[in-house]
This record gives sequence, C-alpha cells and structure tokens, in this order.
Amino acid sequence: MTDENRAVEHPEVPTLFDVQEMELNFGPQHPSTHGVLRLVLKVDGEKILEAIPDIGYLHRGTEKLFETETYPMGIPHTDRLDYVAAATNNHAFCLTIEKLLGVEVPRRAQLIRVMLDELQRLSSHLVWLGTSGIDLGAVTPFWYAFREREQILDFFEEYCGARLTLNCMRIGGLPFDLTPGWVERVAEFVDDLPARIDDYEQLLTDNRIWKKRTVGIGVISGEECIERGLTGPLLRASGVEWDLRRAQPYECYDELDFAIPTRVNGDTYDRYIVRVQEMRQSARILRQCIERIEPGDIRGKVPRVIKPPAEEVYASVESPKGELGFYCVSNGTNRPYRMHCRPPSFINLQALPRLAKGHLLSDLVALIGTVDIVLGEVDR
Amino acid sequence: MKVLTPTVLTYIKVVLLVALVPAIIGFVIVLAERRFMGFMQVRLGPNRVGPKGTLQGLADLVKLVTKEDLTPARAERAVFFLSPVLAVIPALTALALIPFGPSIRLSRDVSTPLYVTDINIGLLFLLAISSIGVYGIILGGWASNNKYSLLGGLRSAAQLVSYEVPMGLALVAVLLMTRSLSLVEIVERQERIHLWFVFPGLVAFFLYFVSGVAETNRNPFDLPEAESELVSGFNTEYSGVKFAFFFLGEYTAMIIISCVAVTVFFGGWLAPFPNVKALAFLKIIPPFAWFLIKAAGFLFAYIWFRSTFPRYRFDQLMALGWKWMIPAALVNIVIVAVAILATPGRTNGLVTLSWVFGVLFVAMFLLARLRQALTRRDRLAAEPAGSRSGLKG
Repeated sequence: MTDENRAVEHPEVPTLFDVQEMELNFGPQHPSTHGVLRLVLKVDGEKILEAIPDIGYLHRGTEKLFETETYPMGIPHTDRLDYVAAATNNHAFCLTIEKLLGVEVPRRAQLIRVMLDELQRLSSHLVWLGTSGIDLGAVTPFWYAFREREQILDFFEEYCGARLTLNCMRIGGLPFDLTPGWVERVAEFVDDLPARIDDYEQLLTDNRIWKKRTVGIGVISGEECIERGLTGPLLRASGVEWDLRRAQPYECYDELDFAIPTRVNGDTYDRYIVRVQEMRQSARILRQCIERIEPGDIRGKVPRVIKPPAEEVYASVESPKGELGFYCVSNGTNRPYRMHCRPPSFINLQALPRLAKGHLLSDLVALIGTVDIVLGEVDR
Repeated sequence: MKVLTPTVLTYIKVVLLVALVPAIIGFVIVLAERRFMGFMQVRLGPNRVGPKGTLQGLADLVKLVTKEDLTPARAERAVFFLSPVLAVIPALTALALIPFGPSIRLSRDVSTPLYVTDINIGLLFLLAISSIGVYGIILGGWASNNKYSLLGGLRSAAQLVSYEVPMGLALVAVLLMTRSLSLVEIVERQERIHLWFVFPGLVAFFLYFVSGVAETNRNPFDLPEAESELVSGFNTEYSGVKFAFFFLGEYTAMIIISCVAVTVFFGGWLAPFPNVKALAFLKIIPPFAWFLIKAAGFLFAYIWFRSTFPRYRFDQLMALGWKWMIPAALVNIVIVAVAILATPGRTNGLVTLSWVFGVLFVAMFLLARLRQALTRRDRLAAEPAGSRSGLKG
C-alpha cells in the first residue's frame, strides 16, 4: 500500500477527513464475475471511481486455431466461445462458410436450426436470469431457471449427445436428424414454459427490492449503444428495435411471427424485462417451428472436401448476447486464411467501465450480470 | 441437606443453555434452514448424513473443527483472535434473560423458573449486550487486513448502528404498555390484560422484526456478508473454529431476536385463546413448548426471507432505516401514548388501537394484493404481441 492510497481531490465535497481512494482487485477469482474477468477498481468507500476490465485469462487463440484446421474442423472450436450458447456459435460459423460456398440449406434443416437456436437462447437467458439473481442476493430464481435449463440440455443431449459443447451443426445442414418424439417433447416443454416464466417474474419483476436494485442502474442511451457497437438485449433495452433475426433474416426467420421486445430506459431493469420477454418470444418461435416441421433432407449439397473460392465474407446471427458474426478470408485452400470472430460479449463488455462509473460496488455486481458476458467469448 | 439450591439450579440452567443452544443451532436450525430452503428451491437439501440428513450438523462440526485455522500473515493477530469470541459471548449472555417458561416443579419441594435470571432492566440489558456483538463483526473485518473484509466490517458498523435505533424506539412503544423492562413481567402483564402486545403494537412489531433481521445480518439485509459482492465480507479470512464462532454468534443472535419477539409481542409462553372454551385443548401443550413453537415460527420467517428476497443496497438500507423506520417508530410511540392516556388505568385504549391497527393492516394487505394484480395485468398486456415490426438491415 504505497502509492495506492493517494488522496484524491473532491472539490465538491468538503470533508474533515482525508479522503483516500482504494484500489480493489475484483476477480479473476470472484463469485460474481461470471468467469475469470478481473476488474481493477478505484473506489472511494464503496463508490466506484473507475473500473478497468482486465481480460485474457481464458485466451486460447481460437481464431488462430481456425487457420490451422479445415473448415469443418472449426465447428467444435466455436462451442468453446460462448459456452452457454454453443448452438448459435455453431450456427454463425456454418452460416459464414455456407455464404462463402453459396450452399442452400434444406428447409427441414433450417427449421431444426432455428429450434436449436431458440432453445439455446432460452437456456442462455435462463443462466443469465439465475446468476444475475444470485448476484443481487435472490437465490431462489436460480434453481427455478436451472430446472428448465436442465430440460433444454436434455433435449440437446437427445439430439446430439452433448449438453454444453454441442457441435450440433454442419456446413450445409445438420449432422443428425431428430430422434423420434423429440418434437413432441419440445412442444410439451414449450407449452409449459410461459407458466414457468411467470414463476420467475413472480419472484422478481414486481419485487420492490429487485426494482430498487435495478431501476436506473447503468443507464445507457440508444445512441451511445450504437456508438459503442453494443448489440442484443442491451441495445433493445435502450429503445433500438434491432434484432438480426428481423433485420437480416437468416434461415426461415422471415416467415415466423415474433415480436422484438424493446424498452426505452436502458437501465438494468429494462434489460431484465427485455430478456424475460425474449424468452416468451422464443417460445412463440419454437411453437411455430414445431407446426411447420416436415420430413426432408437435413444436409444441402456440399462437396466432400470444402475448398471455397478465394473470397471474404461476413455472416452473423443474433446470439442470446447480441450480434455474433464470423469474418472469413478464404484463399481457395481447404483451410481459412483468416477467421475473425465478432463476439458480442467482448464488445458489450466495453460498456462496463462506462456503466459502472459513479455507482456503488453492489451495483457493479448487478452491471456485470446485466451485460451478460461469457468469458470464453470475451477472451477466445 | 438440599442439593438443588437456587444457586445450583442457576448453574445447571446456564450449562444447559450454553450446551444446548449451539447443539440446537447445529442440528436443528441449520438443518431446517437448508432443508426448507431446499424445498422452496425445488431441490432436496442435505439428506445424506444420517436419516433424512439429521446428522448433517455433526458432519459440519467435524469439518469446521478439523479445518486448518488460518490467520493471515498481516492480520492484527490479537483482534483477529478476539473478534469471533466477541461475536458469540454477548449473544450467549443474552440468552440468560429469555424467559422460556414459568416455574416448573422438579420435585415435591423444588421448583424453578425456566429462565436463568430475571433482572428488572431486562430489555435494556438485552439491547445493550446485543450491540456489543456488533464489535465482533466490525473488528473481525478490520483485523483481517483484507479490503473486502474491511468493506464488510464498515457496512456492518453503519448498518447495525442505524438499526439499533428503530429497534429501540419500536420497543419503547411496547414499554409504554408493559410499564416494565423485566421480560417476565412483560409476559405476565400480557396474561393479566388478556391481550398480546402484537395487536396494539402491530407497527412496533413490524419495525422491531425488520430491524431485528437487519441486526442479525440476514437477508434481505445481509450486506456485511454479501457473498456475491464482498465474498462473505467480514468473515472471508476466517476458517475452522473461528468461522464456526461467527456462525454460532449469528444464529444465536437470530434466536435472541426471535425469542424477544415472542416474549414482548406474542405473549411468551402463554397459550393463545385462553378464554375460548372450544380451544381449551391448547392448554395441554406445556408453556415451554408454546414458547418454542412461536420462536420456531420466527426462525422460519428468517429462512423464508432468505429464499425470497434480493439484497438491499447499502445506501438504500440506510435510507430505509433513517428516513422511514425511525420516523415511523417515533410516530408510533406518540400514537400508542395517546391510546394509553385516553383511558387511564384501563386497557380500552389499547384494545381500540388493536382494532384500528388490525383493520388498517388488513386493508393495506388487500390493497397491496390488488395493486400487485393490477400491475401484473398491465405488464402482461404490455407484452409485445406484434409480429413484423423492427428495423431492417
């Protein structure tokens, strides 16, 4: 504690005492940083003067790994990016390569992909709901949320054998067809879901303390969100009706009916509401997919050895956290020359220092929760 | 020669209290908390050790005792050692005053009351001694030489000091009715006037219990610990037996708060409805059991809170205490005083006040339910049902 305890000037607050700022290491081993995020905080008492994220504890060089392996071999690596939402990662990667190849995905595969995506969105939002509840001291929603998530993971397991690192999509389609009865079981789950979401809302939405902890915390305007490149629920809670499923429809999203929940205040409470409403919309989408699904091919016409033309493409999907895209530079060989990932968590995390400034230490925990980061995706 | 003199009996009671209360905490309360929370959270809770998990307390004890007892290198050693003790001793001392029941006959000529001592400033002594327990937490947080612990200690200093005030003021309103600080006398007076003080003291009771929850650092006021913010706050650096002491101190304080609530507001060991013939069977349950049942109810409320509420933020907690609860407690004192002075020498004023508070309470409860239902309806109506809106890219 030598130069850490510098006296700071507070011209606006005259005080008898010598005000000192304290440097506080928040993480990487901390229950509320949702992984190995480290924040270097400058605090005055409990007030945060500055929060500097220090990332990279989970860096594995995924983008470099893509270059060393053939295109199909890249898919499992994407599972490890946002590891609570592997299906959308797979999807974004496959979409990019398909765009490069100009492959058409069969309709059945499109519908199944959308279903996997939406189930994944649900499970990701459930993880978010549970953990950010715990961050604010509400322990019980976590268990309810994980009860449903467990069911979703069972669906994944039944489909592809994995629960977390799914590896559930292939370039041009899907690796497997659905198991018999899968659709019916999902339909049953989706029918139950609104009542389950009511359960969570019962505990939180109108709860006075929950509102006190979230309303007006970490307010960010729509303009600033756009300036900083924030996407996903953060952007929509600030009043911008931007959702890639609607803005740049991929697969069969353009024929499905769903609303894009938005709120105007852009605070933690609105982000909570947006995510909860998105869960209801996901249920709607799933129901429509279940109605539309019909037998058919699950894989498009893809050459055995994938050697795309030397081009550069970018394709993105709306992952639970925002715009997840891959930028691929091909040089005509069977390996990408360069593969870049646009991770929503990483870009959304940039807003954290700005959101946290001036709030209290307790709010920081709420804010880390509301940005909804996954360190696997931040660090890659 | 008589062996069971009052002095000997007192010693026996002290030993029983000090031995039994920690055992009850370890085996019953903690297990009940974890099991009940489990059921509220669609899981089972600990059910492996012993039948239905009943020996979980033993397993926890063995774990805590055999753990390495660490002291951080740059901790203030003496204070670090003393503060867990400081957290437990006052809480256990306060137990001596709790009247668990009236006198019982042990043999033909020996009878003894079910409390260690009844001093005429009982309630005041309880408040005083329970605020000493705060030092354990503050000093423990400070002595750990850990920034998180320090923040936890600071939080508890501010929180506990501010919530002592509304708690004391809430009890003042009851003191106007009891006219005594002796806990035994308080119970006996409730028996005499056939009125539990919870009814005329409804506001005081709520203020007392909320402050009590804040005093014991429990949800939704568990800021000094705040697992998700301060990584357990003041007790981060404590392990093994020292941690067990903090734990014991916290739970004993919970018991004290519950017992005082029972004694002061819920007629202590008295059975409910003493004058209703149809419910005369309630008197079969011994007074001591009545006391325990009521206290268990409060402890259950603690558990219930813990699994229901999010945590308050530090400044909101202080605002709630100073801007809301203290003024409410002061106003309540005036109201109760007026009710007592309106009918000097009789209890009619208190009975009227009970009715007023009761009706107000029910009305407020119904209004709150109505408001909740309405906001819920509005929220669901506002849920987006549209389908094709949104920006196109």
